[in-house]
Amino acid sequence: MDQVILISMAVLGGIALISAIILYMASKKFSVSEDARILEIDAVLPQANCGGCGKAGCHDFAASCVSASEKEFCKLNCPVGGQSVMNKIASILGYAAVKQERTVSVLRCNGTCENAPAKIMYDGVSSCRIANHISSGLSGCPNGCLRLGDCVKACPFDALHIDKKTGIPVVDESKCTSCGACVRICPRQLFEIRPYGSNGQRVYVACRNTQKGALARKNCKAACIACGKCSKICSDISIDNNLSYIPSTIDASQYGEDLVKSCPTGAIVLTTENTNEQY
Amino acid sequence: MNNIKTFSIGGIHPNKYKLTTSSPIIEAGLPEVVYIPVKQHIGAPAKILVQKGDRVKVGTLLADADGIVSSDVHSSVSGEVLKVEAIEGGSGYLENMITIKVEGDEYEPFIDLSKDISRDISYTAEQIIQKLREAGIVGMGGAGYPTPIKTSIPEGKKVDCLIVNGIECEPFLTADDRLMVEKAEQIVIGAKIINKALGIQNAIIAIDENKPQAIETLTKITKTYVGVNVGVCATKYPQGGEKQLIAAIAKREVPSGKLPVDVGCIVQNVGTVFAIYEAVMKNKPLYERILTVSGDACKHPANYRVRVGTPISYLIEKSGGLTEATTQVILGGPMMGNSVSNLNAPVTKLTSGILMLSDNLAGKETEMDCIRCGKCAQVCPIGLEPFLIARLMRNNQTENLREAHVLDCIECGCCAYTCPARVPLLDYCKLAKTELKKKK
Repeated sequence: MDQVILISMAVLGGIALISAIILYMASKKFSVSEDARILEIDAVLPQANCGGCGKAGCHDFAASCVSASEKEFCKLNCPVGGQSVMNKIASILGYAAVKQERTVSVLRCNGTCENAPAKIMYDGVSSCRIANHISSGLSGCPNGCLRLGDCVKACPFDALHIDKKTGIPVVDESKCTSCGACVRICPRQLFEIRPYGSNGQRVYVACRNTQKGALARKNCKAACIACGKCSKICSDISIDNNLSYIPSTIDASQYGEDLVKSCPTGAIVLTTENTNEQY
Repeated sequence: MNNIKTFSIGGIHPNKYKLTTSSPIIEAGLPEVVYIPVKQHIGAPAKILVQKGDRVKVGTLLADADGIVSSDVHSSVSGEVLKVEAIEGGSGYLENMITIKVEGDEYEPFIDLSKDISRDISYTAEQIIQKLREAGIVGMGGAGYPTPIKTSIPEGKKVDCLIVNGIECEPFLTADDRLMVEKAEQIVIGAKIINKALGIQNAIIAIDENKPQAIETLTKITKTYVGVNVGVCATKYPQGGEKQLIAAIAKREVPSGKLPVDVGCIVQNVGTVFAIYEAVMKNKPLYERILTVSGDACKHPANYRVRVGTPISYLIEKSGGLTEATTQVILGGPMMGNSVSNLNAPVTKLTSGILMLSDNLAGKETEMDCIRCGKCAQVCPIGLEPFLIARLMRNNQTENLREAHVLDCIECGCCAYTCPARVPLLDYCKLAKTELKKKK
């Protein structure tokens, strides 16, 4: 009986030894050498894998950082990690750190329950993308927020919430990393990534309705009617297809208040540092 | 009588609710204004020919087909053009429409208004197709594919079978059923006209089992016409789908991404066939159609002959008004139709019914988690896996959708109807289709 145990131990031990040798040789022969810096950068990155940088994930971003020349490196940015992470990556690669501007997502619609009252009752699937197919929405505005919160579900950082009073989503600036998930999911392209601005001041047209003024106003009190008053204050503001657009290059601290005052419908919004606190 | 035919995979048996089977078609009359959309078909919108202030008669050409895949649009009333601009359609989105104020009821002189049936088809195939084009005939089953294109067979392809679709498998709708009972001979002549245009001698009028009156009437009449027969199909949804009908009648399968013409079949709805008869024999453009106003919240369900462009609200008023119980108004059938958000939207060439449904039938159902029972895959008449498509769509894995063959989906809604977890599978499939088409 003892002999059986001894023989089986010897045989199994032998098989294990041979397999170990084969595995060792295979791992040597087929090993993939990767730039050590990629792993190093990968470790610094936030690992959110959100795709905000435009790459397939954090590892992919690390790989493209390593393969980029110094010139190309300036264009790469991890919006989630921000300046501190980019500084670390730059020091790993031995490049000079580039100053990255903080950006944040803004909702270009002010179709709140009050501004754009509901005309129909929707009790279908609670998804903006599906509702967008079926109908122009509760208020009838074909370009406005559908208030069903696909963006809230898509946000990987919990930075978007539907405000119960207004019905439309609110961006929590402290959490928003401008990864762009909301920009991609919104069926009406209402989100835009804009620079955070000095002291959190941003000025933008919170409307995307391209209908003629009278029609747009029928559905929403705060619709842009393309009257052109804002473009008289600042010539960089373009009015195209019945809709005004304020480019992010316009200095909000200089023109912001004038622009808000000039807008007869209240479609222009100026944020301040305290905007978030009111919610 | 022939054996009862049906398609082999999938299908469901929803409640019929055919409330209006024995109500004869009545004239809906003339509303005060009509809104005529310039896009009532698949393809490019028609080019508008009239202006504000123009006077038109019934049958006047309002908009001309723009390109090959497009269709003419004619006036359905006589009166004055009030507006030519984009106004809200049934979904609330803007559509280009021609608004006409109705004054009197004058017809263009070329329309033959006599009631007697013309039986002598003396036109050549080219003349027939030309007449269909001038009359703006489109597939009235719901898709709105311009009929002249369907009838002109591309070179190198051979068609040997015309199937006239008289199935009407959607619950509530009875417009096609009534048309077959009341205009049986015209439909048979219409089938002969298409046969002549296609150069074949074989037409089968497919009717489903639960329309005994239509089967009886048409069987009697087809005896005197060579080459037109009646085929009886089982009552199963979606038997009226083009591919399902070909599978049942001709026992052929239309391959993925191909058209019926590739397997030698052409399918035309009975409504379209009747319109073809009127266009060729009576020179009548497509300006009116038969539709059913019904629903469990409808006071007086009925089948109407309606001018294209009539507002839905007019027909609802005619059928007893909007009742307190109505929670949803649906354009089309309950399985495939869409609910409307604007009751002033007009009836188009493609509207087969207007349904007013109460909470019992249109109540909100809470979506639960998929339990992987596989019922949706069992009932899908195409053999897709809707639960998989829904999951891919929810996770935004659009790159895998093509492999799931979602473009073959016919949007029949069997999956959503049967799902015990009430997952809106059809909505996900529709969404997936648009996402894929966007990518192309």
